[in-house]
Amino acid sequence: MQVELKNITKRFGSVVANKGVNLTIRPGEVLGLLGENGAGKSTLMNVLCGLYSPTEGEIVVDGTPVRFDGPGDAIRAGIGMVHQHFMLIPVFTVAENVVLGVEPVGRFDHLDLEKARAQVRRLSEEYGLAVDADALVETLPVGVQQRVEIIKVLFREADVLILDEPTAVLTPQEVDEFFQIVRSLCDAGKAIVFITHKLNEILEISDRISVIRRGEIVGSGDPKKLTRPDLAEMMVGHPVDFNVERAPFDPGEVILDVSDLTVLHDDGAVAVDHLSLQIRSGEVVGIAGVQGNGQSALIETLAGLRPPAGGKVLFEGADITTASPRARHRMGIAHIPEDRQAAGLIGSFTVAENMVLDSYYSARFSNRGSIDWGRVNAAATTATQDYDVRTPSIHATAGHLSGGNQQKLIVARELSRDTRLVIAGQPTRGLDVGSIAYIHARLMAARDEGDGILIVSSELDEILSVSDRILVMFKGRIVAEYEPNKAPVDKGTIGLAMAGAAP
Amino acid sequence: MSTEMNQAVQGRLIGRNQIEDLVLVPLYALVAALFLGALVMIATGVDLSTIGQSFIALVRGSVGSLNALSETLTAAAPLVLAGLGLALGFRAGLFNIGAEGQVIMGGLAAVVAGVAMADMPAVIALPAAIIAGALAGAFYAGIAGWLRAATGAHEVISTIMLNLISYRLLDYLLRTPLIQKEGRADPISKSIPEAAELPRLLTFIDPNLRLHAGVFLMLAMVVVAYWLLFRSKMGFEFRASGENAIAARFAGINAGLTIVLAMAVAGALAGLAGANQVLGVLGRATPGFSAGIGFDAIAVALLGRSHPVGVLFAGVLFGALEAGGRQMQVDAGVSIDLIGIIQALIIVFIAAPLLVKAIFPWGFRRTRSKEEEV
Amino acid sequence: MTVLLDKARQRQTRVTGVALIALGVLIAVFFAPDATGSATFRLSRPTDVWPVPNLVVPGGPFIYVVSALLAFLGARQFLSGAAKWSALSLGIGLAIAVAAFLVWATAGKSFSLTGMLQASIVRAVPIALGGLAGVLSERVAVVNIGIEGMLLAGAFTGALVGSLAGGVAGLAAAVAVGGVFGFVLAALVVTYRMDQIIAGVFINLFVLGLTSYISSQVFQEYRALNNAPVFRTIEVPFLSDIPVIGPVFFNQNIFVYGAFILAGLATYYLFHTRHGLRARAVGEHPRAADTLGINVYRTRYINVTVAGMVAGFGGAWFTLGSVGRFDEGMTGGRGYIGLAAMIFGRWHPVGALLAALVFGFADSLQQKLALLRTPIPSEFLAMAPYVATIVVVAGVVGRARAPAADGKPYVKE
Repeated sequence: MQVELKNITKRFGSVVANKGVNLTIRPGEVLGLLGENGAGKSTLMNVLCGLYSPTEGEIVVDGTPVRFDGPGDAIRAGIGMVHQHFMLIPVFTVAENVVLGVEPVGRFDHLDLEKARAQVRRLSEEYGLAVDADALVETLPVGVQQRVEIIKVLFREADVLILDEPTAVLTPQEVDEFFQIVRSLCDAGKAIVFITHKLNEILEISDRISVIRRGEIVGSGDPKKLTRPDLAEMMVGHPVDFNVERAPFDPGEVILDVSDLTVLHDDGAVAVDHLSLQIRSGEVVGIAGVQGNGQSALIETLAGLRPPAGGKVLFEGADITTASPRARHRMGIAHIPEDRQAAGLIGSFTVAENMVLDSYYSARFSNRGSIDWGRVNAAATTATQDYDVRTPSIHATAGHLSGGNQQKLIVARELSRDTRLVIAGQPTRGLDVGSIAYIHARLMAARDEGDGILIVSSELDEILSVSDRILVMFKGRIVAEYEPNKAPVDKGTIGLAMAGAAP
Repeated sequence: MSTEMNQAVQGRLIGRNQIEDLVLVPLYALVAALFLGALVMIATGVDLSTIGQSFIALVRGSVGSLNALSETLTAAAPLVLAGLGLALGFRAGLFNIGAEGQVIMGGLAAVVAGVAMADMPAVIALPAAIIAGALAGAFYAGIAGWLRAATGAHEVISTIMLNLISYRLLDYLLRTPLIQKEGRADPISKSIPEAAELPRLLTFIDPNLRLHAGVFLMLAMVVVAYWLLFRSKMGFEFRASGENAIAARFAGINAGLTIVLAMAVAGALAGLAGANQVLGVLGRATPGFSAGIGFDAIAVALLGRSHPVGVLFAGVLFGALEAGGRQMQVDAGVSIDLIGIIQALIIVFIAAPLLVKAIFPWGFRRTRSKEEEV
Repeated sequence: MTVLLDKARQRQTRVTGVALIALGVLIAVFFAPDATGSATFRLSRPTDVWPVPNLVVPGGPFIYVVSALLAFLGARQFLSGAAKWSALSLGIGLAIAVAAFLVWATAGKSFSLTGMLQASIVRAVPIALGGLAGVLSERVAVVNIGIEGMLLAGAFTGALVGSLAGGVAGLAAAVAVGGVFGFVLAALVVTYRMDQIIAGVFINLFVLGLTSYISSQVFQEYRALNNAPVFRTIEVPFLSDIPVIGPVFFNQNIFVYGAFILAGLATYYLFHTRHGLRARAVGEHPRAADTLGINVYRTRYINVTVAGMVAGFGGAWFTLGSVGRFDEGMTGGRGYIGLAAMIFGRWHPVGALLAALVFGFADSLQQKLALLRTPIPSEFLAMAPYVATIVVVAGVVGRARAPAADGKPYVKE
């Protein structure tokens, strides 16, 4: 089945997400779609899978123009999508998730789960996906959840599979396995659209590459002839320097000393398991690992948001194991939360209000019970300028800023104080290259001034590019440690450690 | 609490155009509610001339004379006070339906304190009775706040249950020797001594005018609530927790304490409303003395977009509806329960501006979807 | 959010522990000295087909045993790993405390236990149906505070149409009007994206206003409009002769049987049918359901409308199943208690039914105790169901898991 996108334009209000896009998707071929975060890749694919209807242009399947009024139409036309954020229902079993929407039924609308299970098993064997049909999805590792998503699409007999940033949650080894699955699907005659912002991957897996920037296709080509710098320049619009500038590594005294820390999940399961680590002044410690191995619980505990079940946390010699979040702020610990929308800022508050979200109470901004808004506004004006937060006004609501500017706002708030330790969770997730570079530079500047920095990221490339020391977290423990300054670090070795294999 | 509700109560759904939001929507909501009220009357066999008569009575009873204005403001004072409390709660993300129970507790405490202070001079007795009302309301609401903070029990259910409990508690306490009027077998409290009464303001013109000093209490509390919400540290914490509880917690704001404080402040204002009633209007507590003030105040807070000044205007409007409704019952023989229907309809139109726009397209800027088509 | 829940749960466990110990002490101090003599519980009437002997419990010893058990359960909460058992301990603790209370109140007297259980079931009906309506709408992620209003609308319509056209027509009309308000709620929250709680509060206030208005404007004058026939009890042959169980379960009116049948049907629908699976998917992850071609809006409309019909049926109980006439605000918070039953029943129809039985028991307990002339003022006894609701909501929330998208509007791009 051949699918063509002809002159697709998608507008949301006055925002143009896609503009005059032409693409051809052919059976037995992997089309790589490369673009930055926010370039319009996902919007384009949501148009193709029927979630959005295009403002202009048409979709042509095997020469016939089609109109999708909803995802159901696209599914019937043989187009299936594996979304970046999985569209699985955690409390349902694999079989229930797979058949949802196209359920086998008996009399009285009775759900025939036996049949569903058998079909899941058959597909799982056919493509070598190894999935248990009766497992609850929430109990499965993300890698397996992804395979459930693929089975879902195959179950609907899709001929075109759209894979949106499929490798974001995988270890390097899992990526290799995943590529084999993609290859076998291709060999079975499926057409694959592989969406990513990762240059290496797109070069490895694609048969053809199209690059999208600001909603438009800016270039296409053959992966055998293209190089990384070519693609990067096409994607970003100007030559890209991948190196992060920093002073030579010269660590000082220990700032944060975590010993034997144990933290529990809400359900009582162990999230962080007798973990010890140290961070020194002027050092960036990067924690690598597949999502869900206790990194979030570790950060929350260090920020004072989750009480530890055991162990000790010393900050510049003082015991802060049970200190409140505010006490830690006051001592000079900055925290950039993992989820900036949900935890980092208040979308309906103004930029100025967000700028003082954790310091409004200090003598700097208030006296007795009331807040001095004059001083808040002055400080917010300075901070937005210093940190290049692009906003129409400090009185604009933070929710209207772009992701990059929101993150800069949070970084400005956290770093414009007198800090000693910066804890950053996924500090650049979902940002464009320019914002990523800016935030990395700011974090490096803090390091060069003598702060200790802890960065948790599921992007191995980010960890590799910023860290002075790399720790790999697996099932709540530190399973490996690398010092890039002493010996070059191999991605494959880290990948094995991330998957739990002893180094 | 969902952001939808916060948007609804703070009027951010339409966003930039303040006039649409603050003037047009409430105006249209009022018109639509009155119109539907008329339809209800028609449906129940009220003839057209009586409907016309009742609307005239509604206007006459609310603003038609000095007495009508006095009645409107007298009815508005407790609605504004309790409405301010609910508005503060909404801003903190708490949907407190318990104002009714808090009004009852506040009123009872004011009676007890007022009676106890019978021999004191008014400068001591009156403030003491008022403060007792506020404290009792704060304490009663604080229970629901504490339950939410300590156990996660949703305040909607717990405050409703506390309302139901407060009715029984009122029935019981009104029969206890400390509170029951001497020589009476029915549940009725002792009378408020003169020293603890909120003085009437207009008796020099006509001794029947009921407007009392509670109207100053109301205005003072509007100012206090405004300062609290937009100028104070505590108000910042309320608003931050209400808009995004997780981000507030990450920023070091103590979530549990904020919930308890917000409920307590809300309850204190509702308690003031109860005190205002017994000290200024009723002179004693009886079963059902709260008269649904706590429920009407929900509508007042929503209509006022949880803004203290908005609550003031909304409260005065509802006071006018109530004063006019009484006139309507007398003049046209239409049950005052009709006012309850109109109030409920006002809530629905205020909380769903999309609905108002669908009915009354005039005066609104063209919506974004239309721009898209261009 | 999870962080908040975690802390709340720890505190919750401790609060449970303190409450249980306090309850134990209270019972030992206040009840034991008064409980002289034995409590006699009558289980059957002499006219029954198979009479069973009375149940006789010695007062003092029983109460001491209960208070010791309560202290043990309370202390257990402070040991590690107690969180898992906390809800169960609370349940057991409350159950035996109630038993002790009943023994204390009956000590030296006799009392018909079967009669009370029968009344429990009857009083559980509106709560169960309200809870079931809550389950049906919250399973598609629409929080339904408006159940109270839907019950009231059903009660009113049942009385009005029942008076005019007979019981069956009244019942059908009550169900239809409940469905209308369900549809209105769905329209407000789905199409007009109104906050779900405000929409529910609106329905409650509106129905209260409307029914009170008509009742004072029209019923005062035309009393015949508010005089509906009451559905009689239907004895199930043979089964109704079983001692205790017979009169309690098999000699009731159609509302009781209806509640049980509907709970069964709802369970089958939600957990064993295609449309039930889709409904639950919409409640858990509407976006995922949407990507699979399931119409989220239509699913919500249908389920919330059906929920309204169930609540309308439950509302008719107040008039057609009970007293035959409508009084202003006669539902008295049963809809909210139904929501508590839904939470207590973990968003499962059968769970909600069982929870409703607990509330019905509390309700009939306070009624019967008033007859036993205990020294406790009747006002406090009347608070029992409300206090029980608060305890349940405080003790169970956070442990039971609501549908993941509950209360969140779904906006399609």
